[in-house]
Amino acid sequence: MSHAAAATHDHAAAHDHGPTSFWTKYIFSQDHKIIGIQFMLMSFLFMILGGFLAMMVRWQLAYPDSAVPMASLFPKGVLEEGHITPPVYNQLFTMHGTIMIFFVIIPMLTGAFGNYLIPLMIGARDMAFPKLNMLSYWVFIPAGIIMLYSFFVPQGPAAAGWTNYPPLSYDPQWTGVGKGQTLWLVALLISGTSSIMGSLNYITTIVNMRAPGMSFFRLPLSIWALFVTAILQMMATPVLASALGMLLLDKTLGTHFFAPTGGGQVILWQHVFWFYSHPAVYIMILPAMGFASDVIATFARKPIFGYKAMAYSMMGIAGLGFIVWGHHMFQSGMNPTLGTAFMMSTMLIAVPSAIKTFNWLGTIWRGNIQFTTAMLNGLAFVAMFIIGGLSGIFMANAPVDLYIHDTYFIVAHLHYVLFGGSMFGIFAAVYYWFPKMFGRRMNEAVGKIHFTLTFIFYNMTFFPMHFIGAGGMMRRIYDPTQYEFLKKWQPMNVFISHSAFMLGASQLIFMALFVYSMFKGKKADRNPWHANSLEWVADSPPPHGNFDQIPTVHRGPYEYSSPETKEDYYPQNAPSALPAGAPARVH
Amino acid sequence: MSDWLPQVASTYGPRIDNLFYIVLYLTGGSFIITEALLLYFAVRYRYRPDRRAHYTHGNSTLEVVWTIVPAVVLVILTVMSKSAWDEVKHTWPESDVNLVITASQFNWEVRYPGADGKPDTADDVILNNEMHVPVGKPIRIQLRSKDVIHSFFLPNMRLKQDAVPGLTIPVWFEATRTGDFEIACAELCGFGHYTMHGVLTVHSLEEYKTWLEEAMKSAAPAPDAAASEGPA
Ligand code: HEM
Ligand SMILES: [Cu+2]
Ligand SMILES: [Cu+2]
Repeated sequence: MSHAAAATHDHAAAHDHGPTSFWTKYIFSQDHKIIGIQFMLMSFLFMILGGFLAMMVRWQLAYPDSAVPMASLFPKGVLEEGHITPPVYNQLFTMHGTIMIFFVIIPMLTGAFGNYLIPLMIGARDMAFPKLNMLSYWVFIPAGIIMLYSFFVPQGPAAAGWTNYPPLSYDPQWTGVGKGQTLWLVALLISGTSSIMGSLNYITTIVNMRAPGMSFFRLPLSIWALFVTAILQMMATPVLASALGMLLLDKTLGTHFFAPTGGGQVILWQHVFWFYSHPAVYIMILPAMGFASDVIATFARKPIFGYKAMAYSMMGIAGLGFIVWGHHMFQSGMNPTLGTAFMMSTMLIAVPSAIKTFNWLGTIWRGNIQFTTAMLNGLAFVAMFIIGGLSGIFMANAPVDLYIHDTYFIVAHLHYVLFGGSMFGIFAAVYYWFPKMFGRRMNEAVGKIHFTLTFIFYNMTFFPMHFIGAGGMMRRIYDPTQYEFLKKWQPMNVFISHSAFMLGASQLIFMALFVYSMFKGKKADRNPWHANSLEWVADSPPPHGNFDQIPTVHRGPYEYSSPETKEDYYPQNAPSALPAGAPARVH
Repeated sequence: MSDWLPQVASTYGPRIDNLFYIVLYLTGGSFIITEALLLYFAVRYRYRPDRRAHYTHGNSTLEVVWTIVPAVVLVILTVMSKSAWDEVKHTWPESDVNLVITASQFNWEVRYPGADGKPDTADDVILNNEMHVPVGKPIRIQLRSKDVIHSFFLPNMRLKQDAVPGLTIPVWFEATRTGDFEIACAELCGFGHYTMHGVLTVHSLEEYKTWLEEAMKSAAPAPDAAASEGPA
């Protein structure tokens, strides 16, 4: 293979240093890296708000009779004599779920890391459609603004849960919320539009713009994950849009898609909503699985165990993800015969999750494991995802779900996959790619303190929820002490809340470390972790256009500790280390 | 461990609990094995400057085994669970206790047909957030909702079913012990969701009969109402 040819390959583009004015460089940027960082900072801001709402929810569950501390700091009319009222309580958990899902995890995984990593890891200079990319960010912003604005309209924001079931969500007389409920629909419609634009761009870019030699089976698993996620997102988000649209019409123009009085079907919402939202939960985990895979292989200094099985199981998850939505509806009044079918398909979707777990274990087996902060978070991802996946089996089992549906068991499950899974995946990715993004390193010692506290308080917060869920405590109730059979769980509720406050406080360390490192961290060189994939070939941070010259790819991304090299890594673009003429091993 | 779940008091309750525990042992075992391996590998293969990681891309036999084994176990679990599901959802045992329960914000209205044996007539016995049933008899309920979705939840009976406006959904249970139990709402139904709280009293058969007679007497409609609505 000729490297001289690659070296001259679009040499001209490398000299285009891109826009220079502050506005075009950092604000209305078409550079995928800036857009990625914009999504990331935005998601962090929303995370602060979402986290704060959760703390309020936990205060209420631990101390239903006590006034909130520092009540005088709250805007007038939110609290009543310092207390959270039942309608406000519903708004708290509704907006917590909505913000964390649609404004933190999805934009962080797909918006921030999808944008940042795809061109760099496939060896491209940018996305296929940079203007569309910029648009997807600037369409996301009004969605966020509308969602925030809904906190300030009369009667406040939405209060029908993040699942927003009509008829509750449909008529202000039932929630006590007027405009907020409509703004919720509008904001999500707009943010969905942004997602669709993004995913279209990712798919096109990955299909068309891979560097020479970068075949599909040489893509890092992060890219496989983002690719499968983009396909899911492009296929599922329009379905959510249709649900939102129908409900919006019902609310504003008096149609009756969901109103039984006009011949509508209440349960239709749940079918359409979950047809989107089940795939959406995989949108929220697949990229994290990809990031964890890359982090784990890098720091175990070992090839991914069963690379193809990893890629195929993501496709399996995506495919099966479209035929399991009914497991959210076992008790909904849906024809019970369907319950058996959904029980079967849901059990089966646990299989690809199991395959992935075994392959992660296989990857660290006989490795030479470096416990960086990124690696600790990556391993925590696997450890916590195991718990979330296994608790899914309880609920997949329709007769068992009869009892645990809509209890704290569900809350435990969804936080083990979304916080234990997605959030630890995000932390792993941040600690891993930070040096690339900002050209500076995060302090490892502080990172490990953050990790340890998060890991401990996280488990203290969410593990006991399995017990109170099995004890029958319903989710979304304002005051569990009203119930005789829940009285014995109240001390545990207090324990959970205290752990949650500590968990929230621990994130202050992360925020401080992140901001400090952006400006003051130790300088990072191009490839601080000795990793193989192409982003590490570029400068840290990569300039406009990413690469001095487009790299040529000679092998897969996981050639760690290969017998062909003296070093324990073997970059994808490095020329063969074998003497000329010797047969190369191809992976 | 067996005191996690509230005391069970229905015929199909123990079947559901058994499945819960079967899944618990199954997932508990998988949990311990996988987490132990994770921990063991992490410690055993921690970084040593003089060691090199083992270079391998996987093993197809292992891959096939750990695909098939969980798949087979989960299919077996599904097949085992199907009959419990059918018992709860697809059976409709003969019974002479037939109730209509109507949910509304934030109330469970429990209706017993009066002397005419038909619901929704003037001689119905109507209770709010209170329910009386005999032990050892199947209880058949027609579940409805007036406004939003609620979910009728009897924790001790292991019964949960959404009440959906526009639909009438049949549910049943048979209590196995007498006493007072709680009724709750499991689906968010508005700001008063947590107050949809009632009491289910399970009586012995004789006690129940006495209670029903008393209740029917006091619910007896005015004569003219009975004339217009009673059977011809
Ligand atoms: C092993 C694979 C999994 C299985 C078998 C499974 C099964 C289920 C089932 C049956 C439910 C509905 C329970 C109910 O409401 O009664 C559920 C809820 C949920 N799952 Fe999973 N799940 C799995 C993995 C995941 C993953 C990977 C995620 C996200 C990253 C996820 C996120 C959620 C969420 C957010 C809910 C709650 C939705 C709500 O608010 O009602 N699950 N899961
Ligand atoms: Cu689902
Ligand atoms: Cu309710």
